[in-house]
Amino acid sequence: MSNNLRILVATKRVIDYAVKIRVNAAGTAVETANVKHSMNPFDEIGTEQAIQIKEGLEKAKTGKAEVVVVSCGPAKVQETLRTALAMGADRAIHVESNDELQPLAVAKVLKAIVEKEKPDLVILGKQAIDDDSNQTGQMLAGLLNWPQATFASKVELGEKAMTVTREVDGGVETIKTALPAILTTDLRLNTPRYASLPNIMKAKKKPLAKLTVAELGVDVKPRLEILKVAEPAKRQGGKMVESVDDLVDKLKNEAKVL
Amino acid sequence: MSALLNIAARRAPAGLRRAATSATSQIRHYSSPIDLRAVVNRRFLDEQKELQSLARAFADNEFAPKMQEWDENQHFPADVLRKGAELGFGGLYTREDVGGAGLTRLDTSIIFEALSTGCTSTTAYISIHNMCAWMIDSFGSEEQRQKYLPRLTSMEQFASYCLTEPGAGSDAGGLSTTAVKKGSHYVLNGSKAFISGGGSSDVYVIMARTGGPGPKGISCFIVEKGFKGLSFGKKENKLGWNSQPTRAVIMEDCEVPAENLVGVEGQGFSIAMKGLNGGRINIGSCSLGAAQASIEAAVEHVKVRKQFNQPLAHFQNTQFKLADMATSLLSSRLMIRQAAAMLDQGHPDVASYCAMAKLHSTDECFKIIDDSLQLHGGYGYLKDYKVNVFLRDARVHRILEGTNEVMRMVTSRAMLTE
Ligand SMILES: Cc1cc2nc3c(=O)[nH]c(=O)nc-3n(C[C@H](O)[C@H](O)[C@H](O)COP(=O)(O)OP(=O)(O)OC[C@H]3O[C@@H](n4cnc5c(N)ncnc54)[C@H](O)[C@@H]3O)c2cc1C
Ligand SMILES: Cc1cc2nc3c(=O)[nH]c(=O)nc-3n(C[C@H](O)[C@H](O)[C@H](O)COP(=O)(O)OP(=O)(O)OC[C@H]3O[C@@H](n4cnc5c(N)ncnc54)[C@H](O)[C@@H]3O)c2cc1C
Repeated sequence: MSNNLRILVATKRVIDYAVKIRVNAAGTAVETANVKHSMNPFDEIGTEQAIQIKEGLEKAKTGKAEVVVVSCGPAKVQETLRTALAMGADRAIHVESNDELQPLAVAKVLKAIVEKEKPDLVILGKQAIDDDSNQTGQMLAGLLNWPQATFASKVELGEKAMTVTREVDGGVETIKTALPAILTTDLRLNTPRYASLPNIMKAKKKPLAKLTVAELGVDVKPRLEILKVAEPAKRQGGKMVESVDDLVDKLKNEAKVL
Repeated sequence: MSALLNIAARRAPAGLRRAATSATSQIRHYSSPIDLRAVVNRRFLDEQKELQSLARAFADNEFAPKMQEWDENQHFPADVLRKGAELGFGGLYTREDVGGAGLTRLDTSIIFEALSTGCTSTTAYISIHNMCAWMIDSFGSEEQRQKYLPRLTSMEQFASYCLTEPGAGSDAGGLSTTAVKKGSHYVLNGSKAFISGGGSSDVYVIMARTGGPGPKGISCFIVEKGFKGLSFGKKENKLGWNSQPTRAVIMEDCEVPAENLVGVEGQGFSIAMKGLNGGRINIGSCSLGAAQASIEAAVEHVKVRKQFNQPLAHFQNTQFKLADMATSLLSSRLMIRQAAAMLDQGHPDVASYCAMAKLHSTDECFKIIDDSLQLHGGYGYLKDYKVNVFLRDARVHRILEGTNEVMRMVTSRAMLTE
């Protein structure tokens, strides 16, 4: 068996998972100014998976893989791409845009990149932790008319095909799909590595190509309009009850659930 | 200003005048602008941010959840150290051909500060290991580099720095361990006290006397665990730094191959002191991290803890105290980073700048940690909270790698010598 693969990994720069999210004063979006950002955790998993596939092929001497990471957004997303390069990706593509990019827009941009790069596998996170859309991978599969294996918790590569274990509501499902295909990652797929210090330094020297949305000729106009963004209602403090009767009374007359 | 000083000098008698001129010129020197391009250069800045966020993530994930357990059980986390070495922490400022990361001292300081927010004691040991690797890298022969550094940068083996003796602490230049050349070997006799990593380490960088009294008679040797005549004292019971063992290292007719002499005979003290310039920046950086983590803990606590029907954060005393802590930490950090940048630039006065930075940062950061403990009230005194560990770990930074009184000696000596 010999495999020569090109793997495209989509990565998104999002507000760091540990940051407490705040809605902006106008109530139109989440505050992003002066807030720590990092790579979407599901994309870190995607990058790790691509690198593991590459290393697996090299170790078994059964082929080679090139890992190409792509991110759409303002200049800052290059930080995210550098992180992926430091983890072990081979090269990066930055599609510059300062506009709001909704899942369909990103899927169209990625389709244009796929047509240029002709990858055998495209890996995306199952969702980005900022707007939790869970759409881009599926839309990209639709646009390309490619098979999709979403919510992957295990991936095994075969010849021009892969076997994927998916996390579905009822448990896990195992499917086999031909390549090229779309893969979206779930949390349990792998544990992303730390980028080592020497690799962080080396990442500076890896190629990072810049494109613009206009160059790709993609219409990224938003199709959805956000009317309002609001904080969830504040949790009410709990109440201690004196007795079971007291509890039943409160459930009946205050909470009105009985 | 200078005109005023000149007038004063002209009026003074000749001898005094000379003293006045040299002293003022040294003081003036301390105020001269320092080339901080390394600190402000945009390219470096981006890179350093990445190094910092890697180190902080490693500290948060691998050190912080274990720090109290390692402290309580006096556990030396060799496996976690090796995991860190895979990322480059085993030879931060060692050259790349032997597995080092080839970073600057400023990068290193930023990394040690970030790591010690997770466990100060463990990071301090990593810093000593790095200092030893750097000494071999900088002053060792090519054979010594190729033989020892790959296993040290990977932390497959650990290193210890051996200068202090029972009778020679602050007066390290007066050490009495002897090394006598006999054919193809040196025979070492004497004992080293307070050796960090002692007994657990595989490689010992030992200063011993090959010549006459004083610093010029001292040479530096690489001694392996297992060499005939090398043994260790009992594990010391310490106030802090419990995640690393401290033992005496004892040499009784210990045979060391002549090729394990580092540099030339008589160069040992100079090598040891050059190692310590960087070591002092490293230890200062570990204090910065401990203080940073303590401030973070205090901020969390005062927001949550209520007294008098309001969070402690609402009292002006709390607010002003936090501001003072942050101000003090920043001043320490600036001194440490300036001294680190000067080390990178090979500045001639680096020793006194490192000494001042170490003195200021280790004293001030200890005070910050104590203030954090105070803001925790009775809870700060409990081992369930972390701040007590930082307090105990950072206490020793005012004593080792030269006591803070010795730092004053180094600084004032530079001011008073002509
Ligand atoms: C946990 C720990 C780990 C250590 N690890 C190492 C290690 O890995 N390698 C190593 O070589 N050493 C190590 N040391 C030793 C450390 O460097 C010494 O403890 C330190 O240099 C002080 O020496 P001393 O303990 O003999 O104190 P002393 O020199 O006896 O000093 C006692 C006090 O007298 C003061 N003093 C001394 N001389 C003067 C003077 N001329 N003027 C004014 N005041 C003075 C000192 O400042 C100090 O306050 C370690 C120590 C500790 C506690
Ligand atoms: C080892 C130990 C033994 C003890 N033994 C006893 C005992 O035998 N009997 C007993 O009754 N208690 C005992 N205590 C409790 C001790 O008296 C309390 O810890 C102490 O009064 C502080 O209260 P606290 O810990 O709740 O801190 P807090 O009251 O929460 O204070 C935290 C910090 O906020 C500051 N602060 C609080 N209010 C204000 C304000 N209005 N303005 C400005 N600053 C403020 C405090 O000064 C402190 O720095 C003991 C505590 C310890 C640690």
